[in-house]
Amino acid sequence: MIRFLKFGVPLLVFGILVVFLAIGLTHDPREVPSPLIDKPAPRFQLTRLEAPQRSFSPEEMRGKVWLLNVWASWCVSCRVEHPLLVDMARKRMVPIVGLDYKDQRPDGMKWLSTHGDPYLVSAFDDEGKVGIDYGVYGVPETFVIDKQGVIRYKQIGPITQEALERKILPLVRKLNG
Amino acid sequence: MIPELGHFALVVALALALAQSAFSFVGAATGRRALMGTSRSIATGQFVFVAGAFAALAYSFVTSDFSVVNVVQHSNSKLPWYYRFAATWGSHEGSMLLWTLMLAIWTFAVAAFSRHLPERLVTRVIGVMGLVSVGFLLFILLTSDPFERLIPAAAEGQDLNPLLQDPGMVAHPPMLYTGYVGFSVAFAFAIAALLEGRFDAAWARWSRPWTTAAWCFLTVGIMMGSIWAYYELGWGGWWFWDPVENASFMPWLAGTALIHSLAVTEKRGTFRAWTVLLAIVAFSLSLVGTFLVRSGVLTSVHAFATDPRRGIFILLFLVLVIGSSLALFAWRAPRVGLGSSFAPVSRESMLLANNVLLAVALAAVMLGTLYPLFLDALHLGKISVGPPYFDAVFFPLMAPAVFLMAIGPVASWKHAALPDMWMRMRWAFGIAIVTAFLLPFVLGRWSPLVAFGLWLGLWVVAATIAQVWQRLSSAPQRGFAARVRAQSLSWYGMHCAHLGIAVFIFGVTIVEGYATERDLRMAPGEHTAIAGYDFEFKGTHELPGPNYTAVQGDFDVRRVGSSDVFLELHPQKRTYAASGQTQTEASIDPGLTRDLYVSLGEPVEGDAWGVRVYYKPFVDWIWGGCALMALGGFLALCDRRYRLKRAASVPAGAAAARP
Amino acid sequence: MKAILAALLLALAMPAFGQADEVAHPDPNVERRLKDLGEELRCLVCQNETLAVSQAPLALDLRNEIREMIRQGKTDDQIRAYLVARYGDFVLYKPPFKPITVLLWVGPFALLALGIGVMAVVLARRRAAPVPPAPAADAQRARIASLLAGEPPARGGDG
Repeated sequence: MIRFLKFGVPLLVFGILVVFLAIGLTHDPREVPSPLIDKPAPRFQLTRLEAPQRSFSPEEMRGKVWLLNVWASWCVSCRVEHPLLVDMARKRMVPIVGLDYKDQRPDGMKWLSTHGDPYLVSAFDDEGKVGIDYGVYGVPETFVIDKQGVIRYKQIGPITQEALERKILPLVRKLNG
Repeated sequence: MIPELGHFALVVALALALAQSAFSFVGAATGRRALMGTSRSIATGQFVFVAGAFAALAYSFVTSDFSVVNVVQHSNSKLPWYYRFAATWGSHEGSMLLWTLMLAIWTFAVAAFSRHLPERLVTRVIGVMGLVSVGFLLFILLTSDPFERLIPAAAEGQDLNPLLQDPGMVAHPPMLYTGYVGFSVAFAFAIAALLEGRFDAAWARWSRPWTTAAWCFLTVGIMMGSIWAYYELGWGGWWFWDPVENASFMPWLAGTALIHSLAVTEKRGTFRAWTVLLAIVAFSLSLVGTFLVRSGVLTSVHAFATDPRRGIFILLFLVLVIGSSLALFAWRAPRVGLGSSFAPVSRESMLLANNVLLAVALAAVMLGTLYPLFLDALHLGKISVGPPYFDAVFFPLMAPAVFLMAIGPVASWKHAALPDMWMRMRWAFGIAIVTAFLLPFVLGRWSPLVAFGLWLGLWVVAATIAQVWQRLSSAPQRGFAARVRAQSLSWYGMHCAHLGIAVFIFGVTIVEGYATERDLRMAPGEHTAIAGYDFEFKGTHELPGPNYTAVQGDFDVRRVGSSDVFLELHPQKRTYAASGQTQTEASIDPGLTRDLYVSLGEPVEGDAWGVRVYYKPFVDWIWGGCALMALGGFLALCDRRYRLKRAASVPAGAAAARP
Repeated sequence: MKAILAALLLALAMPAFGQADEVAHPDPNVERRLKDLGEELRCLVCQNETLAVSQAPLALDLRNEIREMIRQGKTDDQIRAYLVARYGDFVLYKPPFKPITVLLWVGPFALLALGIGVMAVVLARRRAAPVPPAPAADAQRARIASLLAGEPPARGGDG
């Protein structure tokens, strides 16, 4: 009996392989999940984009659920999600703080005045060091941070309507209690 | 008009492929010679129409017909004609058509060169290949049509990816695909054998030349890919364990195991079920490789533009073809029964060890390649598995196989005496150990890994020389020339291929052990020295090309201590007009004992540039070894016994005498 | 202030440097360690290149970070931990040995053990019970005899 069973082993192994390959079709191999989920948002202190003499630090947002949106004037995909953010800001859905990543101040400010400024404030990360601390590898990226300053979700790539409705807004509602 | 004809040709080819399979299987099952007789002609017809479709696509590319979407996306009128031709297979759609063409060519070859084989077997083989053709033609027609039109036609094309505008890329895919697809013949033989319930030594003999031929092409294809990566990517690397490289390497490992297993089945009629399984696995790996590259399931520099719909189709095709073959195997193979017996030390047991080690190595490469996918699918996170893993796992597995490879040919069939083998090989063994110990000192620096690698290579070389000398000096013929001629081509082929592996090991060991590089900024007039060579940077100037403008750097190379410039190197940085992409073209001075390699980085302030200079000792031995392997396979292919006619005047017993 | 801004703008305006040019006066020891480390790290942007080789802006930034850490005397493990904390295990080309990768690291050697076991079984079986040759039927015996006597084999039509 065992003799006959052993001839079926290749078929069995293939079957298992196919299951994994099929699941693999639904995943994106390039996406790098963040190890910072459920960890405190890394601390930083950066100048503000529009007011270089003032600074911003995530501690200022304690007690609120907020979004940290990483953007740049040279980023093409950011323009895709930007109208959504402007809309969110207008409807006061959730406070959004911008992180202007590896940009130049005049370019960043011009971009905001052209495309709209949904941000409470934009922190200016010209060297990209804060981006590295947050594990940013592609722009745009957005972090959902809770009242205690813990990162609860990372959106890789532009925020789509679907991601907003299915993941981000429900999470924000949940974190707000 | 031509693209429409090409598309139509594919539809006709599909119909013919369906007929080819249907008539072949029905004919073979019922024994109706009329039906069986049609299989060869239908297969020829299918080949003609697939070739016609391919010609139509090639024509569209060469004439820059920008009303064809594929041509617009992957070509440009300023592209030199040979790259316009190669662009035919520079895209997913085009390369699938190339796959299908190769399949049609192999089918035609089987139809043409198998007159001496039993009719039923050949009919079934052609039938199986017909089924595979049906799958590919359907895939092309339903999801990947290269003849899609663009109305209105574009004025100019978007250009072939600059990385592909290179002679290596012209030759590499056709060779590689010929190899991949060639395993479908071995696969078809295996399925035919399972269907017939007959797999004996004769079946192995018929299957063997086809398998060896496919293996040769695959070896050359992989070698070309490696050479291309070395000189094109600008960093001097030649193998990255990239998922798509692994996807080509796994069928190669299976194919190598298969040609050795076939040897046992042909000689002794044993390992039959295992050989059949390997034949199925080798081609299945070719198909899985196709899936991995085109479905978007793994990240790779090779990956074509992906589309989940294509991924689903290929996966379904995989399930059908591989699933049904393995099911057929599970059902029919148990009837095979045990083959002949052999002692624990014998040629059979050595080849068994060879197969076990190759199979484990294959499984290890597959495990490493697919593990990130497994973990991600189970939501256990994302990891990367790269060269550090594969190097750590693969070489320990292959080292014993290489060691055994040296003495395998010395072991007799059925029962070998270890003391006799030791007596024959003891000088080779001793010389290898001593030389391997001393050589690293000569080369510059002693390291255990280098000594070990050298020992493996030297052991194979010494053992081979010993065997060849012993065989020739004890041969009954008079005169050296007569003795040389008396040995079979397959025997020479075996030793040539094994020597190829030794040469390959030398190349890898020495290059990894002793290569040096300089990565620095140089202004015109500055010098840098590496491995006894002095490089002087003379500056850069602009150089126009057919469809690009290049900035060319000029380097004068002298031997340290001499003032004669014996070499000039001219690396370039090309900017392609159509796409705006930049491309580094390294400048390499190849040599038997070393390559000198210069490539430009980025411009720095003033006239200075970032420059990378590499000294790569014995790196060409890596590909020289691969070429020897392929040559060995080719020699074995040409062996007289594969060309014996059925009605032989030689008594049947004599043919099996020599290995 | 303006001078600093101008210098910053100027620096940012320059094209992406090759690794050779990232540092004006490279320290060979630092660069060698960076290269060795970088070859085992994965670039997150050009995901098919090592961090040592990639020209992506993020790769440049990370290489500079690593240079800083090397100068500060951090060990290779600390530098790897720094990157993994931010990017996850994905950034390591050599998968760490942890519970979820046990199968990966042990697998090949377990398979080898399995293969050797199978080989041992096969060798034992093939040696213990040599299959006796099936007795040839009379017709076949006659044919064998005639072949051995040197007569040419009859053309047969076995399909």
